Amino acid sequence: MSELFLGFLKIGLLGFGGVAAVARHVIVEDRAWLSELEYASLLGIGQVLPGANVVNTSVMIGDRFQGWPGALLSLAGLLAMPLVVLSGLAMFYERFARVPEVQALMTGLAAAAAGLVLGSACKMVRRLKPTRLALLFGLSALLAVGVLRLPLLWTVAVLAPLSVGAVLWQRRAS
Amino acid sequence: MKGGILWQLAVTFASVSMVAVGGVVAVVPDIHRQVVDVLGWMDDATFANLFAISQAAPGPNLMIVSIIGWHMAGFAGLLVATVAMAGPACLLAFCAGRVLHFQADRWWVGAAKAGLVPIAVGLMLSSGLVTARAADRDALTVTITLAVALFTFFSDKNPLWSLASGGAVAVLAWRLGLAV
Repeated sequence: MSELFLGFLKIGLLGFGGVAAVARHVIVEDRAWLSELEYASLLGIGQVLPGANVVNTSVMIGDRFQGWPGALLSLAGLLAMPLVVLSGLAMFYERFARVPEVQALMTGLAAAAAGLVLGSACKMVRRLKPTRLALLFGLSALLAVGVLRLPLLWTVAVLAPLSVGAVLWQRRAS
Repeated sequence: MKGGILWQLAVTFASVSMVAVGGVVAVVPDIHRQVVDVLGWMDDATFANLFAISQAAPGPNLMIVSIIGWHMAGFAGLLVATVAMAGPACLLAFCAGRVLHFQADRWWVGAAKAGLVPIAVGLMLSSGLVTARAADRDALTVTITLAVALFTFFSDKNPLWSLASGGAVAVLAWRLGLAV
């Protein structure tokens, strides 16, 4: 039980620039709670549902292992440290924001965080060994949101049913 | 008055969360429209400042809402805004998780899960690409992003190493006068 809380505490604390990459590291590699495929599918459900992706996913993971108390603990673990750090930052930000070292640090952190997300996502592709159809839908999502900057809501509303339909069609054919 | 603000925070962010399909990043423009244009809680510059603080702190992207709550009504506002943004969505995720788990043998569950995997990874790549474009303004930051991406791809080391080195390199470069 405390294992769940501590795991999500770590995710929250290390999650600079969003928690998706760090969550994957802790859940799949560090604690090995889920396989790459299980995590990706729970993350997918978390994305299609409204709300913060990893927050949604954390609730589903907590529930799967420890029922609703686990869901609450995972959520609390994920949000606890960020909220503490955020209130601290909010109080001192005005003073710190003008220190050039702090600005340089933030720039470096943001650049590293982007690399973390890109590297993790590429690693997921490598380990998931996608079918040609999955690759097609993954690339379409990347093209729509990452390159063309189309609205997420519409991209998901169009691509998710198509991708699920394609899986059904493929299973029926085989 | 304060009770009124808390109620408004709760209603605003609970409704925003319900259209946040794909994640909070998708609704940041909508949050901006609500709190700056519709409700008139703050001006553009304040919003940009709060957004910067939320990005500087670790944690899920919904922290942008927490800091707006803090700005409007202190600690109570922070809690109310966070709970409003996470609560209803989490309840929905909880129910969805249960349905998918207990109906795991149904033909549509396996297909739904398998079909969502490529979307999940594609959207994660997209968010990496979009944040990289915002964060990488010179050769140094591009190098940091690429180096961290390669390191993450080829090793299973704790992400803290990547973050710490990225931050350290940028500070060092600034000290040496190599970058702004």
